[in-house]
Amino acid sequence: MRAFTYERATSAAGAAAAVAHHAGAKFLGGGTNLLDLMKLEIETPTHLVDIQDLKLDQIEATHDGGLRIGAFVSNTTLSANPRVRRDYAVLTRAIQAGASGQLRNKATTAGNLLQRTRCPYFYDTNQPCNKRTPGSGCAAIGGYSRQLAVIGTSDTCIATYPGDMAVALRALDATVETVDATGATRVIPIADFHRLPGATPEIDTVLNHGELITAVTLPKPVGGAHIYRKVRDRASYAFALVSVAAVVQPDGSGRVAFGGVAPKPWRSAAADAAIPHGAAAVVEQAFAGARPTHDNSFKLTLAKRTLAAAMAQVRTA
Amino acid sequence: MKFDTPAGINPIDRMAVVGKPHDRVDGARKVTGTAPYAYERHDVVPDALYGFILGAAIAKGRITGIDTAHAQAMPGVRAIVTYQNAGKLTLGSKNTAKLLAGPEVEHYHQAVALVVADSFEKARAAAAAIHVDYGRAAGHFDLAAAAKSAKSDGGEDEDGSKSPPIDRIGDFAGAFAAAPVTLDATYTTPDEAHAMMEPFATTAAWTGDALTVWTANQMIAWTREDLATTLGLPKDKVRVDSPFVGGGFGGKLFLRADAVLAALGAKATGRPVKIAMQRPLMFNNSTHRPATIQRIRLGADRSGKLTAIAHECTSGNLPGGSPETATDQTKLLYAAPNRLTAQHLAVLDLPEGNAMRAPGEASGLMALEIAMDEMAEKLGMDPVEFRIINDTQVDPEKPERPFSQRQLIKCLRDGAATFGWSARDARPGRRRDGDHLIGLGVASAFRNNINFKSAARVRLGRDGVVTVETDMTDIGTGSYTIIAQTAAEMMGVGIDRVVVRLGDSDFPVSAGSGGQWGANSSTSGVYAACVKLREAVAARLGFNAPDPDFIDGHVRSGNRSVALADAAKDGDLVAEDTMSWSGLSRKYQQSTFGAHFVEVAVDAYTGEIRVRRMLAVCAAGRILNPKTARSQVIGAMTMGVGGALMEELVVDKRFGFFVNHDLAGYEVPVHADIPHQEVVFLDEADDKVSPMKAKGVGELGLCGVGAAIANAVYNATGVRIRDYPLTLDKHLDWLPTV
Ligand SMILES: Cc1cc2nc3c(=O)[nH]c(=O)nc-3n(C[C@H](O)[C@H](O)[C@H](O)COP(=O)(O)OP(=O)(O)OC[C@H]3O[C@@H](n4cnc5c(N)ncnc54)[C@H](O)[C@@H]3O)c2cc1C
Ligand code: SF4
Repeated sequence: MRAFTYERATSAAGAAAAVAHHAGAKFLGGGTNLLDLMKLEIETPTHLVDIQDLKLDQIEATHDGGLRIGAFVSNTTLSANPRVRRDYAVLTRAIQAGASGQLRNKATTAGNLLQRTRCPYFYDTNQPCNKRTPGSGCAAIGGYSRQLAVIGTSDTCIATYPGDMAVALRALDATVETVDATGATRVIPIADFHRLPGATPEIDTVLNHGELITAVTLPKPVGGAHIYRKVRDRASYAFALVSVAAVVQPDGSGRVAFGGVAPKPWRSAAADAAIPHGAAAVVEQAFAGARPTHDNSFKLTLAKRTLAAAMAQVRTA
Repeated sequence: MKFDTPAGINPIDRMAVVGKPHDRVDGARKVTGTAPYAYERHDVVPDALYGFILGAAIAKGRITGIDTAHAQAMPGVRAIVTYQNAGKLTLGSKNTAKLLAGPEVEHYHQAVALVVADSFEKARAAAAAIHVDYGRAAGHFDLAAAAKSAKSDGGEDEDGSKSPPIDRIGDFAGAFAAAPVTLDATYTTPDEAHAMMEPFATTAAWTGDALTVWTANQMIAWTREDLATTLGLPKDKVRVDSPFVGGGFGGKLFLRADAVLAALGAKATGRPVKIAMQRPLMFNNSTHRPATIQRIRLGADRSGKLTAIAHECTSGNLPGGSPETATDQTKLLYAAPNRLTAQHLAVLDLPEGNAMRAPGEASGLMALEIAMDEMAEKLGMDPVEFRIINDTQVDPEKPERPFSQRQLIKCLRDGAATFGWSARDARPGRRRDGDHLIGLGVASAFRNNINFKSAARVRLGRDGVVTVETDMTDIGTGSYTIIAQTAAEMMGVGIDRVVVRLGDSDFPVSAGSGGQWGANSSTSGVYAACVKLREAVAARLGFNAPDPDFIDGHVRSGNRSVALADAAKDGDLVAEDTMSWSGLSRKYQQSTFGAHFVEVAVDAYTGEIRVRRMLAVCAAGRILNPKTARSQVIGAMTMGVGGALMEELVVDKRFGFFVNHDLAGYEVPVHADIPHQEVVFLDEADDKVSPMKAKGVGELGLCGVGAAIANAVYNATGVRIRDYPLTLDKHLDWLPTV
C-alpha cells in the first residue's frame, strides 16, 4: 500500500471538488474493495475522500412512485428494506446472493456498483494486465479465463463486471445520480453506466474523475415475478459463473439481465422481446456475437439453462 | 521402550479417561484468544520488528539485478535481506527448492527479498518498491506434456527407504487380456493447496549466537535440524517452539521461508523479527499436493472377483522432488492374483509438490474408487457387494502378512444399513426431487497406519500434578487432550491434574504431526514415560508388588493405598522414555479402514452439485477421544468435498504458476456446502500397533470421500466425470434437456 492522505468530506459537492482537484484522489465508501486493492498496489490513490458523513444513507420514495437509494446505503440495509423486498424483490435477492453478511454490512450502494473485476491476473501485479497497467497486455487472453466474459470483450480485455446488485438494477432500469465539483448533477441510465473495454479497459464506467454518485433511483415498480438466480461452484461466498435477474409478467413478457458473462450487466431489447419464446430464444438474442474462450464457452449453455431454471421458477411461483 | 510384541492388558485398557469424549483441554484458551500463536508472541517477544516477503515474479530463470536503494530509504525500513547479503544458506534435507531465491529462481513466488521495518505496513510498502530484474528461462509447466518424458520413481516408503517404481505380482497383462469383464480408464486430480487458516508465521530472536523461532510447524525436530543446516548453526544453538498451530495439513511439515527469513532479518537488525506470510504468496511459495494422471485397469470374472489390477500414476515435481504415491493403497486394498502398480515422475518447474493430508491415498482413492464403481456397474453388481467380495485379509503382494486388524467389510455393511443404501437405484439418473437429480455413492476408505519413534518426559510434582513434556505438536487435532488423557489414565489421576506442554524443541523428540501417525505414536511415547514414572513412584513409596494400581490419585496394592502425591513430597519425580517400534509392522500390515457414503443433489438445470448427506464409518483401532476424532473425520470429509467439487490450483502453462493464489480464487467449502455429516467408529483395539491399541484417523476421513461424491454424482446424472474437481461445466452438456 502506498502512503496516502485522508479527509472526511462534509458536503457532496465538496467531496466531488476534493477529488476533482487532486489527480490521485478517490472516494472511500465502505472500503471493502478499494482498500483490498490498495494493499496489493493495484489501486494507488494518493488521497482518499471519505463520504460517510454526507448523509447519503437514506432510502426515500420518489414523486413518481419509485425509490431513491442514497449512495451510502449499505447492501444489508437496502436488501432488507420493506419496499425493496415487496416491489423490487429481484434486487433484494441479488444483493443477498453476493459476498457475505459482514461484507454486505460495510458495502455501499455506490461502492458496489463500482467494484472492480475479479480477473485473477488483474490481482497479480507481476502479470500483464491492460486494465491495471494500460498497454501491458492481457494475461487472461490465452491464459486462465474460466470465470471471464464471453461477450462485450475486446482484444485488450476479457474481464467481467463481477457484481450481483447491478445486474438486478439493470433489469429494473435504475438510474445513477451524480454531482461534480461545480455542483452540476447528471442522471445516468444504468445501461450506460458501465462501459465495454474497447481499447481502454482501464476505464470501467462513464464517471468523470471527481464525479460523486449521490443516489441510485428505481423507477416505479413494474410488478411481475422477480427471480435472481446465481450459479457458482460453491454454495455461497463466490462470484457468479452466470447469474440471471429476471422480471416476468403474468402475460409472459418480461426483462432479463445476465451477470458474470460480460464487462457490464448484460441485457438487450431483442433478448427481452424473446422471453415469451423461451430461454433458448432469449439467449440466442442476448449472446449473438459472443466470443467465448475455450475455458468459458460453457457459460453460453449455462446462461440458457439458468434462465430456463428462472423461467420454470416463475411458472411454479 | 520397544514395542515388538503385541500389547497385553495394560493400564490404558481400563479406559476410565482414554476413550472418553473429553472437551479439548486447550479449548478455553483458544476461544478466549489466549493461546499464543507464532505471530502473536508478545508474551515472550514484546518488541519484534515486522518482516514482509517479496516473491519472485517469474517461475524459472535468474535474478539479473536487485535494486533495493529506494526501498531501503523508505521510512521505518531497518533491513532488506536478499541472496546478495544473506550469507551462505544450505538447502535443508527436507527442502527441494531453496527458501531464498538467487541468483536462480526455481519457482514462482519463491522468496526473493525480506524487508524488515517498524510496522507491517511500512515493510509491505517497501517490498513493493524493490525493483528486481529477471532473465526468464523456459520451463516445464504442463503435466500432461511432461508425462511423456516421466521416469519411473516409486517414491519413499513409510520408513524412508526407496519403494520400487514398479510392483508386479503374477501376470497382469495375461490376466487382464483373459478377463471377461474389464475396465481401462484414466483419471486426473489437480494440484491442491493446503489452504490452512493460519499462514506460515514465525517470530525469531537471537540471544548471542543462539536462535529461537516461535513458529507454526508440525515437525519440530525436522525443522530444528533443517533450520540449523540452512543457517550453518550447530543444532543446539537453535530452539523451535510451536505450542499452537493454526492448521497445517502437511503444509507445515517442513522448514519454510518464514522461519529462515525471520532469523536472517533478526540477525541483520539485531532485533526480533516476525513474519506472517501474506495470503497471495501462500499458494506458490509453499508446497502443494501435486496433480496426478492415473490409469487404472481392472479385470474380473463374471462372478465379480477381480483377477487383475493395475494402477499407474504420473505426477510431476521440481528436480530432486518426489512423486505423489497414489498407487500405495492399490497394493493393499483388494484381492487379485495378478497385479501391477507403477509410478512415474516428470520434471516440472512449478512450486514444490509434497505431502498434503493423506498424501498418496487421497489422490489414489479418488481414482481407484471411481474405477471400482465403474467396474461394479459393468458387472451389474452393487458397488458395496463388489467391494466386499474382493476384500482381502492378507497383504495381496505378500500373503504371509495378515492385516493386524481389518474390518472393511463391516464398515461397508454397517454404513450401508445406517445410510439407507438400499434406497439407491442402480440405474443412474432415475431419482428426482423437484428440480434436482439425486444420487448415492460409496467408496472404501483406506490409509496406512504409521508409527514413528516418540519420546516424552513426565514429572510428578509435590502437588500431585503430572506434567507431560514432548515436542509433539497440536495442529488443531487434539494432541493436548489425548496426551492429557493418556497421562491421566496411566497415573490414575483426573485429567484436570495433568498439564501438557508441547511443541518445544527443548522437550523430548516426538513423532510430530503428520501422516496420521501423531496420535498413536505420541501417546505411546507418553505411555512409555509413564510406565517409567510408575516404576519410580512405586519404588519411592516402597511398593514391592510388581505392578501396583494407580487409581483415583492413589497407588494401591493389596490393602495398602498411598496418595500418589506422597511420592513427590521430597522432590519432583521425573521420568523420560522413548517408544520405538520394531518387527510387528513387517509381520502384520497395519492399516485403517472406512467406508464413505454420500448423497448428492445435482441441479437438473444448472448442473450445480451439492452434497446432501455424508456418512463415514471408520475402523481405526481404539478411538482415544471420540470427540476430537470425530472433529478430525468431519474436517477431513469437508476437505474431501472441496477436493471433489471445487479445489484446483489452476496452472498457467505459459508463465508457470498457480493463477488462483488467494482464497477468493482457490475455493474451499463454506458452511453452506457442508450438510449433515455423520461419523461412526467401530469398536476396535489393535494390539499389534501399540500399547494404546490405537491407530490414526486424521487422514482416513479424507480417503475415498472424493470418489464417493463422484460416484454419487454419476448415480444422479449418468454422466461419468473422471477429472477432478467435478465442476458443473464438465457435465452440463450431457444433462437432461430443459
Ligand atoms: C471476499 C469478497 C467477496 C465478494 N463477493 C461478492 C459477490 O458475490 N457479489 C458482489 O456483487 N460483490 C461481492 N463483493 C464485492 C463487494 O460487494 C464490494 O466490495 C462492495 O460492494 C464495495 O462497496 P464499498 O462501499 O466497500 O466500496 P469501496 O471499496 O469503498 O469503493 C469501491 C469503489 O467505488 C468508489 N466509490 C465509492 N463510493 C463512491 C461514490 N459515492 N461515488 C463515486 N465513487 C465511489 C471508490 O472510490 C472505489 O473506487 C465481494 C467482496 C469481497 C471482498
Ligand atoms: S482480462 Fe482484463 S483484467 Fe484480466 S488480465 Fe486481461 S486486461 Fe487484465
